[in-house]
Amino acid sequence: MALSDLFSRRRKEHAESEAGASDAPVHPTKVLARFIAGLSARAQPVLLDLGPVVGSNVSFFGEELGCKIIVEDLSKDIDRHVRDGLLDQFPAFLMKRFPQESGSIDGILCWDLFDYLDKKSAKPLADQLVRMLRPDGVLLAFFRTSEPPPGLKPEYTRHVVVDKLNLQHRPYPAACSKQRPLPNRDIQRLFEPLRIVEQFLLKTNLREVLFRKAPEPASTAPVSPSV
Amino acid sequence: MWKRDEAVKPTSGLPATPATAASTQPVNGPAAVQPDARRIERDIVNIGKSVVIKGELNGSEDLTIEGHVEGRIELKDHVLTIGPNGKIKAQVFAKAVIVLGEVNGNVTASEKVDIRDGGSVDGDIISPRVAIAEGAHFRGSVDMQRKGAQPGQGQQKASSSPPPEKAQTSMAASTQATAAAAH
Repeated sequence: MALSDLFSRRRKEHAESEAGASDAPVHPTKVLARFIAGLSARAQPVLLDLGPVVGSNVSFFGEELGCKIIVEDLSKDIDRHVRDGLLDQFPAFLMKRFPQESGSIDGILCWDLFDYLDKKSAKPLADQLVRMLRPDGVLLAFFRTSEPPPGLKPEYTRHVVVDKLNLQHRPYPAACSKQRPLPNRDIQRLFEPLRIVEQFLLKTNLREVLFRKAPEPASTAPVSPSV
Repeated sequence: MWKRDEAVKPTSGLPATPATAASTQPVNGPAAVQPDARRIERDIVNIGKSVVIKGELNGSEDLTIEGHVEGRIELKDHVLTIGPNGKIKAQVFAKAVIVLGEVNGNVTASEKVDIRDGGSVDGDIISPRVAIAEGAHFRGSVDMQRKGAQPGQGQQKASSSPPPEKAQTSMAASTQATAAAAH
């Protein structure tokens, strides 16, 4: 058995035993490794996680990247607005939700959050994320490509990193259902001016997308020619 | 070393008095190590449910807090446990911090921060190791420093902590401690 397989299996077992969620399915991911690679060149990157807090993920990214992780669980905000009947105020809430400075975040983990937002809310959130992302920073997001089966109870997915190539999907109750799947064109427009650098359509009908912000333009000051 | 944390854990659900702390049993300790375990347990200090502390709390022994603390807590080389009834609104500096209650403030640990099921932290964590249970609440940032890095503020305040031979939890002169009647 290859050493990498052994490590992968051990981490898988550890993740399962840690939270007692061994029955949750593990799905392959193509884009997570690219996301990590996009950050690994930085000394101490700052990561923004928009999903629920997952202890093993914090440890994984902390050990893998030596990064600072900011956890902003937006699913709680969505649930609170749904419960209070204030969903129409959610776009305005998102505009003021993030105290982080512009260009201060190296990587953003959106997971499948955008599946739960209508277009009115998705745009201000995407704008905020683009604002916070540092030039050359990366953003990971998942989008469903098919309608959920009718009668399914609304639920979020807690994405637990097993290793760079596998994610465990642990469902937990949600106050609202997923929205209609976004076509590829809309996804692209939503995050402009970010550009899509990697995109994978998995067998599970999940579209994994990695966005990157354009690097800062090189200094325009004239460079004296070397002799 | 983490056996000590396990010895702390059972005190959390019980009435918080020094007497109860001394009577707690380690979770997994075999009979042969019980005398050692008892000696360790005697060194654990509890701040009970009805105790409210406002100010600066320095110590040189492990501490379990079940009451309310506002201000600053510093246990440089020791384990701080926030029990299920504990409510902390303070900057926390310790070797290891175990959270079963509520913490509102930044937590800096030189070894580990452990937020257990039902525990809640609103603030930034700086620690080389962080464990967050699935039922825990956390909002803030986690800075897992690379090995060899020193937590800044915790080191700066080291000189203000009492000498180790005192082995007593002391409160700074500004501390106003009130032990109100329960409820």
